[in-house]
Amino acid sequence: MNLRNRLKIWPTSFVSRAVLALAFCMLAPLFAASQSHSPLSPTNIFAPDSTPAHSVFRISSFVLEITAAIFVVVFSLLTYAIIKFRERKGENASEPPQVYGSNQMEVAWTILPVIIVVVLFLSTAQVIHRVQDAVAPSGAIQVTVVGHQFWWEYRYPQYNIVVANELHVPVSNLSSSTPTYLNLLSGDVDHSFWVPRLAGKTDLIPNHPNTMWIDPQETGLFLGQCAQFCGAQHAKMLLRVYSQSRADFDRWVQNQQQPAVSDPAGAAGSALFITKTCFACHTIRGTAGVGIVGPDLTHLMSRDTIAAGVLPNTPENLRVWIRNPEAIKAGSKMPVIDMTDDELYQIVAYLMTLR
Amino acid sequence: MASESISLPVPRESSRSVVLDWLFTVDHKKIGLMYIVYALLFLVVMGIEAMFMRIQLSRPDNSFLSAETFNRLFTMHGTTGVFFVAMPILVGFGNYFVPLMIGARDMAFPRLNAFSFWITAFAGFLLYASFLAGGPLRQVGSAPDVGWFAYAPLTATAFSAGHSTDFWTLSILIAGIGSIGGAINMIATVLCLRCPGMTLNRMPLFAWMNLVMGGLILVTISPLTAAQIMLMIDRYLSGHFFDPSAGGSAVLWMHFFWIFGHPEVYVLIIPSFAFISEIIPVFSRKAIFGYPAMVAATTSIGFVSLGVWAHHMYTVGMPSYGNAFFVFTTMLVAVPTGIKIFNWMATIWGGKVRFATPMLFCIGFLFQFLMAGLTGIMLADAPFDWQLGNSYFVVAHFHYVIVGGILFSIFAAFYYWYPKMTGRMLSEKLGKWHFWIFVIGFHLTFDTMHAPGLLGMPRRIYTYPADRGWGAWNLVSTVGAFVQAIGTLIFVFNMIYSYFKGPLAGNDPWDAWTLEWSTTSPPPEYNFAVEPSVRSRRPLWDIKHPQDPDWKYE
Repeated sequence: MNLRNRLKIWPTSFVSRAVLALAFCMLAPLFAASQSHSPLSPTNIFAPDSTPAHSVFRISSFVLEITAAIFVVVFSLLTYAIIKFRERKGENASEPPQVYGSNQMEVAWTILPVIIVVVLFLSTAQVIHRVQDAVAPSGAIQVTVVGHQFWWEYRYPQYNIVVANELHVPVSNLSSSTPTYLNLLSGDVDHSFWVPRLAGKTDLIPNHPNTMWIDPQETGLFLGQCAQFCGAQHAKMLLRVYSQSRADFDRWVQNQQQPAVSDPAGAAGSALFITKTCFACHTIRGTAGVGIVGPDLTHLMSRDTIAAGVLPNTPENLRVWIRNPEAIKAGSKMPVIDMTDDELYQIVAYLMTLR
Repeated sequence: MASESISLPVPRESSRSVVLDWLFTVDHKKIGLMYIVYALLFLVVMGIEAMFMRIQLSRPDNSFLSAETFNRLFTMHGTTGVFFVAMPILVGFGNYFVPLMIGARDMAFPRLNAFSFWITAFAGFLLYASFLAGGPLRQVGSAPDVGWFAYAPLTATAFSAGHSTDFWTLSILIAGIGSIGGAINMIATVLCLRCPGMTLNRMPLFAWMNLVMGGLILVTISPLTAAQIMLMIDRYLSGHFFDPSAGGSAVLWMHFFWIFGHPEVYVLIIPSFAFISEIIPVFSRKAIFGYPAMVAATTSIGFVSLGVWAHHMYTVGMPSYGNAFFVFTTMLVAVPTGIKIFNWMATIWGGKVRFATPMLFCIGFLFQFLMAGLTGIMLADAPFDWQLGNSYFVVAHFHYVIVGGILFSIFAAFYYWYPKMTGRMLSEKLGKWHFWIFVIGFHLTFDTMHAPGLLGMPRRIYTYPADRGWGAWNLVSTVGAFVQAIGTLIFVFNMIYSYFKGPLAGNDPWDAWTLEWSTTSPPPEYNFAVEPSVRSRRPLWDIKHPQDPDWKYE
């Protein structure tokens, strides 16, 4: 009864309402993100679909539960203190009793956090070890990932293929466990490989090889992007990981292993590819194109996107991109090459044959 | 006519002498005020930079700013905020109030004090000169665009042409000299100039915390300065410290930077604890709870903070043992930090809380710092950090610390000590408007900012695709930023208006207990007409309660 009466007094109810609203504001985003799975976002860290991401998710949930409990307890005590011990109108003006401290209390609120820290540390150390020190099984796919300003190069030494920007891996479920191990290198500055639903991020640092692994449990497309600032177009260095059934993956590998298709429809463009010096940066296996500065284009048409996931791979977009890369990704390393509209159409016609 | 021609030169000469007085002053109060005003100027600048970035991020695929401009803005925003807003404003308050609180006439080395301020001020203007002189005249960049931690090898001449990075390096180097000068001065002042009776055990927590801050600056600015010199050697004398293509190490830069960068957070938050530790007792009408525990917690935070830096580097491929070690040390910081929060709460407990504006900001600080500490524990957890690191969750976390914690405590300090510095009270009415609008804006911006991080949004991207589901969160953040800007304008107006029209403060408007309230507002140049002598931690309490003085219980 006493409490109810008190809540009717203006400052109390106002302050307590404000404080409750504040608590709601603080917790709502955490709650919203943790309760919903991929519908909210294709890059939700709380919608794991790969063993390392699941391990991280479990320890994260544990940390969230502990911190949420601490939050509720301390928040309530603080709220209680400022409401209960407020100066009331009409009270005598004397100072409250002076209390200088209490050693028992200090010991209590030292030991309790120490115990929490030790528990958190021990459970965390296990997860670190499990994820970081996992040894690759013999059937694992090995991929060397090279970060470039501002695109991704993927080399599959087991299959002798090189592709760009779209990583294909076999699905890894109970029937066939085929994790993919990524050896992370950089060709220029620091980058970071982050596909939230598959694993936490690991940096690509020049002259400092790192590794990480993923084993998607479902087929499908997983998105992400570079997570270490790497220069002008850091924002448009997107990641796409295609998890495929073993049969689809093998078919994809087989296609990538072929040299470029030689199609008469692309003859004119193929000559321009040399005269316009495209070959100096781009490889098209089976032709004079051997450059290694830009993405390998041997099977360009097998990709869904261009410019590191920025645009859908359509003839129109290819023309826009080649005409002026600056308009799409200002600061990208692809130069503007002077060419007529006819030449542009011919080059794109040639690229269209590279299936 | 004749009288006019005679009187004309007089005001000219006096205004000139006012300027010269400020230029050549070695008075710790004037230097403190210059630090504060200088920092407020840059606070407005960095706020405007933030608004531009928020507008750009308010919707997906926005084209309000170019990638280049955005990258410069976040680099300048971060660098300005740490080196030319937070540090000088906190040093300014320390400069002004530590000598007053310990009953000293001035800082230990007044000329070094003036030198430290002017060299720091020069560094800030040098950084902003990059907009003009960084190279736009020769079409090679302008302001720095490498991010405030400027990871190698992005800073190498191969990736950063022109002089934008040089402006960044030099201004950090020069600001570091100022910080080290200030830190030496602070340590010497606190250790050598305390008035009779003021043992270390009776020194206000404010002075204790500034002492620890000074110690931390000495230890942490040195590696930062060394790293800047190494970077310049790399850029101009063909050195290879951080050049991986010649056997140097990009990771080495990270270690150098973060052995500075993490303790730097404590360099900023410890003086902010100092404000809170002085203001909460006065407005709760109780002595600080657990003074010895507070001192112990502060010094242990200082020491532990030197062993946690690599928690910024969980994703760079350290061995699992290394990662586990830094998880432990980082989480350990939670223990002394928790002790502080509990002691502040225990100070309020059993008191009579007055909700004046300084106290409102302190209460905001307590709740927000609690939240910031807890998201800090999430980030300390290496596996969780593999997901959260370098995402907007981190941006939300450290803005919770810096805005929700440090800036709120700075606002509290302004409302509390402005009467002492100017002799006039700030308007309570405007202060409450400022508080509530700023609280709403702060939570709109930074609570929602956690969400896009959890949904996979990395920091430092100038735009993002629409299909990621980040748009709505970012829009709310941007709206909140405008609300904060309105709150800040009220604050600025309040400061200017009250300087001329505010009610006179008198010596001791808050009925407080530390020595600065025993002298006039503003204090005379010599601070105290008679050297004070104290017998307890609250000398003014002893005077006000002769029958029940503190020294009987300490």
